[in-house]
Amino acid sequence: MTEQRPASQPAPGSFLKAVSAVVWKDLQAEFRSRELFSAMLVFSLLIILIFNFALELDIKTRQSVTSGVLWATFAFAGTLGLNRSMAIEKDRGCMDGLLLAPVDRSAIYFGKVISNLAFMLVVEIIVLPVYSVLYGINLFQPGLLFVILLGSIGYAGVGTLLSAMSVQTRTRDILLPILLFPVVIPVILSAVKASGGYLEGLPFDEILSPLSLLIAYDIIFIAVAFMVFDNVVEE
Amino acid sequence: MIIVKKLVKRFGLKTVLRGVDFEVQPGEFVALLGPNGAGKTTFLRILASLSRPSLGQVTVAGYSLPHQAAAVRARLGVVSHLPLLYGDLTAEENLRFYARMYGIANPQARITEVLEMVGLETRRRDLVRTFSRGMQQRLAIGRAVLHDPDVILFDEPYTGLDQDASAMLDNVLKTVAAKGRTVVMTSHDLARAEDLATRFDILSRGIIAASAARAQLHNTNLLAFYKEALAA
Repeated sequence: MTEQRPASQPAPGSFLKAVSAVVWKDLQAEFRSRELFSAMLVFSLLIILIFNFALELDIKTRQSVTSGVLWATFAFAGTLGLNRSMAIEKDRGCMDGLLLAPVDRSAIYFGKVISNLAFMLVVEIIVLPVYSVLYGINLFQPGLLFVILLGSIGYAGVGTLLSAMSVQTRTRDILLPILLFPVVIPVILSAVKASGGYLEGLPFDEILSPLSLLIAYDIIFIAVAFMVFDNVVEE
Repeated sequence: MIIVKKLVKRFGLKTVLRGVDFEVQPGEFVALLGPNGAGKTTFLRILASLSRPSLGQVTVAGYSLPHQAAAVRARLGVVSHLPLLYGDLTAEENLRFYARMYGIANPQARITEVLEMVGLETRRRDLVRTFSRGMQQRLAIGRAVLHDPDVILFDEPYTGLDQDASAMLDNVLKTVAAKGRTVVMTSHDLARAEDLATRFDILSRGIIAASAARAQLHNTNLLAFYKEALAA
């Protein structure tokens, strides 16, 4: 047996420093290229435009389809962003660069989740007023915005894990939605129900159930992703 | 500095490494040579903690893999044929990002020192995607030595470089190795390996088929030694 040195402990605060470094790097690179953001935004706007022309609905029906249209838009645009965000890491070998850093690998996961979430939220902030104008519906309700935030957290959480998995395959662009949509259905369904509840002006008691489910799914998905990310990214 | 005993690596039914024994003393520069598909990259990825061994023992800088991987990574620098750099960040931003990931104290001074070492001080604020392949590879070496590692692994660092860029990379590699670091380099370029390394190991069919220190090659050249090892 060869003699082993005792394992060194990571420096205090190194986890948060690594998370912030990954977020800073992603935002800085995206600020320069605007590749990911512009693709997501254009795609989102096209979807809501297509729905607007395809569903020539009266005001009441519009209100009832709004939550579905919104979440379909966020889900498709989010997939586009997730794919690109992880492809940037893979294309020049940067994922290996991240994995070679002496930090807990879950710091890389949380860094990527936060930056993916930031991109999604920026796109949503632009899409919501455009949707409001096109469909004549006020989407700026605190409850609805809270549901959109929770849904986006769940989507980015599970999407980042699965994009780290799919990016290692040759068919990554196709594989991510195939993997992601079945897994993320509970988040999307809860988010659609809770959003619909706020839009229809239902009492909070009736919205509480899908809202609680959404919070529970967020916690479960992020906890599972946190536990398995190391195994997913290792060869 | 590096001790590998009976290392086996399998990918499904395919066995790539079949019981590799390998040892490197501190300060040695080992050239790991072998034909395509011999398992050189797989071997280096295991040393770098990017891949888990199927069987066997691997110790780097006194720490065991895969259990003490974070401690190994803190003492290890890796340069591959891919730059591991972000094209939409400047040279300085790339190094600053890695400095934060490695928890380097006083990063600005260290970044300046490293950029001067690899001859890119004047290009520090340029985006990496505007760099030539040779410049990217020099910056990749800067990234690998930023945290002053004890061990550096080079995986085919000359891939895709022209003569001038290769010659410049030679100088950077010599500077890096001259600081007493332990270096393992895989290469197909026997002439460059002969110029740089202090020991030559031939990896063939998943095992170390032959090993010789520079001093042992005085009666023959590296090409003859290499061919003899592959034929055995």
